[in-house]
Amino acid sequence: MNTTEAPPLTRKDFQSDQEVRWCPGCGDYAILSAVQQVFPELGIPREKFVIVSGIGCSSRFPYYMNTYGFHSIHGRAPAVATGIKMTRPDLDVWVVTGDGDALSIGGNHLIHTLRRNVNLKILLFNNRVYGLTKGQYSPTSELGKRTKSTPHGSVDFPFNPLNIAIGAGATFVARSVDIFMPHLKAVLKRAAEHKGSAFVEVMQNCNIYNDKAFAALTDKTGRQQNGLYLEHGKPLVFGDNKDKGLRFTGTDFEVIELGNGKSEDDCLVWDEEHANPSLAFQMASISTGDGLGDFPVPLGVLRAVDAPTYDAGVIDQIDELTTARPQTLDQLIHGTDTWTVDAGGNVHRGAN
Amino acid sequence: MTLPIAGQTDAGKAAEATVSDVVIRFAGDSGDGMQLTGTQFTNTSALIGNDLSTLPDFPAEIRAPAGTLPGVSAFQVRIADHDIHTPGDAPDVLVAMNPAALKANLRDLRDNGVIIVNTDEFTPRNLKRAGYESNPLEDDSLNAFRLYRVALTTMTRRALEESELDVRSKDRCKNFLALGMIYWLFSRPLEPTIDWLRVKFRRRPEIAEANVKVMKAGWNFCDITDAFQVRYDVEPAKLEPGTYRSIHGNSALAIGLVAASRRSGLPLFLGAYPITPASDVLHELATYKHFGVTTYQAEDEIAAVCAAIGASFGGNLGVSCSSGPGIALKAEGINLAVMVELPLVICDIQRGGPSTGLPTKTEQADLLQVMFGRNNESPVPVIAASSPANCFDTALEAVRMATAYMTPVILLSDGYIANGAEPWRIPQVEELPYLRVDFHQNAEGFMPYMRDEQTLARPWAIPGTPGLEHRIGGLEKEDVTGNVNYEPENHDHMVRLRAEKVARIVNDIPDLEVEGPQSGKLLVLGWGSTLGAITGAVNQARADGLTVSRAHLWHINPFPRNLGDVLDRFERVLVPEMNLGQLALLLRARYLKDIETYSKVEGKPFTRDEILHRIEQMTGESNQR
Repeated sequence: MNTTEAPPLTRKDFQSDQEVRWCPGCGDYAILSAVQQVFPELGIPREKFVIVSGIGCSSRFPYYMNTYGFHSIHGRAPAVATGIKMTRPDLDVWVVTGDGDALSIGGNHLIHTLRRNVNLKILLFNNRVYGLTKGQYSPTSELGKRTKSTPHGSVDFPFNPLNIAIGAGATFVARSVDIFMPHLKAVLKRAAEHKGSAFVEVMQNCNIYNDKAFAALTDKTGRQQNGLYLEHGKPLVFGDNKDKGLRFTGTDFEVIELGNGKSEDDCLVWDEEHANPSLAFQMASISTGDGLGDFPVPLGVLRAVDAPTYDAGVIDQIDELTTARPQTLDQLIHGTDTWTVDAGGNVHRGAN
Repeated sequence: MTLPIAGQTDAGKAAEATVSDVVIRFAGDSGDGMQLTGTQFTNTSALIGNDLSTLPDFPAEIRAPAGTLPGVSAFQVRIADHDIHTPGDAPDVLVAMNPAALKANLRDLRDNGVIIVNTDEFTPRNLKRAGYESNPLEDDSLNAFRLYRVALTTMTRRALEESELDVRSKDRCKNFLALGMIYWLFSRPLEPTIDWLRVKFRRRPEIAEANVKVMKAGWNFCDITDAFQVRYDVEPAKLEPGTYRSIHGNSALAIGLVAASRRSGLPLFLGAYPITPASDVLHELATYKHFGVTTYQAEDEIAAVCAAIGASFGGNLGVSCSSGPGIALKAEGINLAVMVELPLVICDIQRGGPSTGLPTKTEQADLLQVMFGRNNESPVPVIAASSPANCFDTALEAVRMATAYMTPVILLSDGYIANGAEPWRIPQVEELPYLRVDFHQNAEGFMPYMRDEQTLARPWAIPGTPGLEHRIGGLEKEDVTGNVNYEPENHDHMVRLRAEKVARIVNDIPDLEVEGPQSGKLLVLGWGSTLGAITGAVNQARADGLTVSRAHLWHINPFPRNLGDVLDRFERVLVPEMNLGQLALLLRARYLKDIETYSKVEGKPFTRDEILHRIEQMTGESNQR
């Protein structure tokens, strides 16, 4: 047998011939690069990838990936992607969306997709502002934010995307940051490997309309001081010298200084597979994500549980019934009650 | 026709009379099972070989307060020994299960018509609920009719004396007592309904047997008493030889979509959100999973159409089905399909509106919505089904246009034909249109927006095909390459190209056929569900010696090539529409021809006589000129 093994795919194989048109300095460039690095490592042929997006800066993503891509309409990417995945289980379907696209106009599709556990990977680029429409506040913008549409400061309470996902019953929920390249790649890889809806919030800087939104987390000191890097089975410690930890009181998380009789043993050991989602919900709630509060910003995998997927359920039913109830089109058209008129005009019950 | 009061008599038996045509209306509370009763009578008559047509009429409320006028549910069926086109203008027989049902339906009943009432329900309380000041069974108000007083509830309970069912369950059988009586009155066999009951309630045989018993009691009551002096029969219609079934429009649509899926080799995907009167298409297709059908009850109308577009992108036959309010929500999604040039079929089962309107009533007022109710230049082919059975062929034709031209197509139906039934001569599968679709495979020279010279369709290149990776989306595309392009000349070119692509469908659709004289004084032109009433009216007008022609549009966008010529050949063109003149507006704009609209927007179909009178009026006017 003479088989020639196709050369392994590289990052270049996933770069399209289109000129990337995000603003210089946009966090989206880093995310694009991370995805183009991770995809070749997944062992999936290039033609099997489909990237579906909605509307917004982030939603231009598919044009820059040399895969099948669908730039759909505002908020509807999860719906389009669901139709693709239900009918083409062989495809690896990714949704790229933003905070306005996924949480405002498309909120309904997002929660129902997560609830159903459709086997899709959903990347939500959260820059906490509407960029493409030039700077209005978004459903993740902080209270008091001054934007073109909130000149006196926003009085609109924001969503925490992770809590939306966990509340909707997502089986995989994670968070990373545009410029934390190794961390982001690791999270993307985990999402890719998850069977079911994988929701990843990528905190992303918009240097035009919301610059330094996550600076307290992303600057040199913030990364260690304010980032809580969740690892399954490991105690919750953070800080410059891993000198702080999170203890669970039974009702709340609290920050403890390690040393002086307190050690890692006092910290909660993170369990991303915890069956009850309330712990992940509580973890997501400790910070709004900007690193400015009393608590660190949880990063990494908050929740990863196994559950049957909707698309597999749909396809299994079809397969099962196709075998169990063979019927021809002719039988279907005839139905159960027929009568026949013969050439002489006589009528009798049944076919011919 | 009026039912005769006398007939051939054998000693000791009711007289027998054969009639050619009868219209029966079953009316009761929405919990009384009138739709089911009417459907059983319809199916049994179908099996006898009658031609038939039905008109269900039910309230939007599932169970409005018992005994009230808003809670009345009715089912009209017309059976005949000849070719008929409508469910009949006026009932010959009214079965009224309570005072409200009598009050709501009496005005439609033919003079000297038969009324069968359930006297048990004519209590002071129910009379008051229905708004009767005195009991119509006791005053002279029903003198113009043949009134039959039957204690249906009492008789039902008596028939089930030995049954172990509770009283409530027993009482629920009373519609079968009425059905048994009507079966006797019109000489129908009980067996088809008995068979149906035993299958339907196979897990609760005590219910099946109670209903069988009550139905037989109704039959026997008529047979052994002299409740009725005359018994009628309607002989089989002289239908074209072939095998027939009775079919509802929504059912024909669902089966038609499955047939199109089989004939095209494309798996069928339906994205839908429950909405009256379209939900039955979802319900029915959900039972056809063994034909590889995927049904998706989405979180909303928008998700339903978007998922269908996703399925089409993946190589399925994407379909979404709704009614007017849902179509409004889908507008942006339909336009996405226009832009990305993917096949998609959107079915609009029209109902009364605007807004929530009259959910269970019929109307034809979405025509302009589906033509123009989207942003910017958005050409979409439109085709309209004209009868319950025609929904089958219309589904196949919609799929043909969608796949051959890579375009969304809108299929119009309405509540009248969706829920109405008629006999359908079952086609041979091999005679159905062959709709084979080939996906693009060749990577060499592939461009996502390169085009077929004749149809202008772009290639259907589905994900998973090596070498054809490409991106589509709602932004304006450069022709051929499919790259995003904002250049003025390209946009102008693409707008015209999308319009031209849809316009070219005219090349492979049939010319409009005129039935009757090919030119002359009056053409009655219709579209959609008015076909039956128009045909009946025109046939009667001719029988009465009037000269009138008739034509019916199937394709509405594009119009058949010869439509302009046809309009020019007639002095006057009458368009009856269940709207304020929407087709007329399109015709005037396109052909600069004066069109006379006959509007009716009552949530009810035209009667034959309404159109007949208009024809008489118009031909009378032209004779005077």
